[in-house]
Amino acid sequence: MLNNILIALAVVGAVGLIAGILLALISHFFAVPDDEKVKAVRACLPGINCGACGYKGCDDYAVAVAEGEAKANLCVPGAADVAKELGELLGIEVEAPKDVVAFVHCNGTCEATTKRAEYDGISSCKAASMLYGGPDACSYGCMGLGDCATSCPADAICMKDGVARVDTTRCLGCGLCETICPKNIISMVPQETSVVVMCSNKDKGADARKVCTNVCIGCKKCEKTCPNGAITVVNNLAEIDYDKCTGCALCVSECPTKCLKHVFFPDLSESVEEILANE
Amino acid sequence: MELFKSLIVILLSSVLLNNYVLSRFLGICPFLGVSKKLDQAVGMGVSVTAVMLLATAVTWPIQYFVLERFGLGYTQTIVFILVIAALVQMLENLLKKFSPSLHKGLGVYLPLITTNCAVLGVAINNITDGYNFLESMVSSLGVGLGFLLAMVLFSGVRSRIDESEVPESFKGLAVTLIAASFISLAFMGFAGIVDNLFA
Repeated sequence: MLNNILIALAVVGAVGLIAGILLALISHFFAVPDDEKVKAVRACLPGINCGACGYKGCDDYAVAVAEGEAKANLCVPGAADVAKELGELLGIEVEAPKDVVAFVHCNGTCEATTKRAEYDGISSCKAASMLYGGPDACSYGCMGLGDCATSCPADAICMKDGVARVDTTRCLGCGLCETICPKNIISMVPQETSVVVMCSNKDKGADARKVCTNVCIGCKKCEKTCPNGAITVVNNLAEIDYDKCTGCALCVSECPTKCLKHVFFPDLSESVEEILANE
Repeated sequence: MELFKSLIVILLSSVLLNNYVLSRFLGICPFLGVSKKLDQAVGMGVSVTAVMLLATAVTWPIQYFVLERFGLGYTQTIVFILVIAALVQMLENLLKKFSPSLHKGLGVYLPLITTNCAVLGVAINNITDGYNFLESMVSSLGVGLGFLLAMVLFSGVRSRIDESEVPESFKGLAVTLIAASFISLAFMGFAGIVDNLFA
């Protein structure tokens, strides 16, 4: 009896010992040293894997930076702080990245515009836009199905009155929403922007006015008002040159359809919590 | 020829008829966990197949030349767990050293496989079914391929689930399990096919 137990102990113990010794030998002789530089670079990065740098995640970007393949100022959420930290670590001069936030160029709320069809398919802007350009009367505007919101790594986008709204306090500026929006109405604007165009409709004034009350009709009033020549109307749509704009906001009061908006980023009035609470 | 036939039967029956995930309900954890995307599902499936082959190649001799000789059949489970865990760890180290690209692709799945009951299940079932070494290897290959098949099929189903509107109470794991049970039902339809393959 005791004999049996001892044999079992010995055999199982021997198998374990052999496996252990083999493991130890292999990990000793075939060890791959971790790259200290990559580790140090990785420690500087925020680790949210947003992909705004163009790499698969923070780990991939860290390897690229450590090997000198990538610039050190590509991390958007980390912005100037991370760029500076990486510059110190690698001993190189790094230009600080510009702070940007996402902005949805549409104000086609439920009251302002109508739908021309009931859409009952997959709840995704991409799918809806493939079906005759989407269910909305305005074929340029936000459909409010939230592809941008699902793509956002920071949960900074939510839907308000059928239009996507960005919580600029949360926005990392990664630009994922910009690429995913099938209508191309989201763009990254500099954080110090003070006036934005709340419309993307390129139709002529009369046609545009029929589909939405908040539309840009291309009347060029803003273009004439602006003392700095920062606004030009291209294809019946006002465009702002953010470098020239001084933030005087004279254009905002001139706009007959109120599609120019004076903003102060980060805009606290449009936080996700507040929008959700109002609904 | 007889040998070849019997090997084909073993292979097909472990891929389709006795599919470990869908008929025996082993290895459900990675089946539900890693089947969200096709490339991940394939990576996991291939890793599992490789580990199953390797584990069988090692555990079969251990069973017959060590455990049976000392009359220690009852320690099978614990010894196999020990051996498989060590094997997977060694495989990971070696891959990291000799094939970093392969390690990048499969490396993340290897630690998950260490405690995968499907791998242990194959090793033990090969013994209980009384297979010889060649049959055991073919059977583990079949089980691995069956696992891969189930993962790939299910990743397709899941991508469809993601796009559809699921009732609130079924969202998440509930609808995934229901879908899994449907696939499992479909696989029951293979019963009888393999046995009559050469009839």
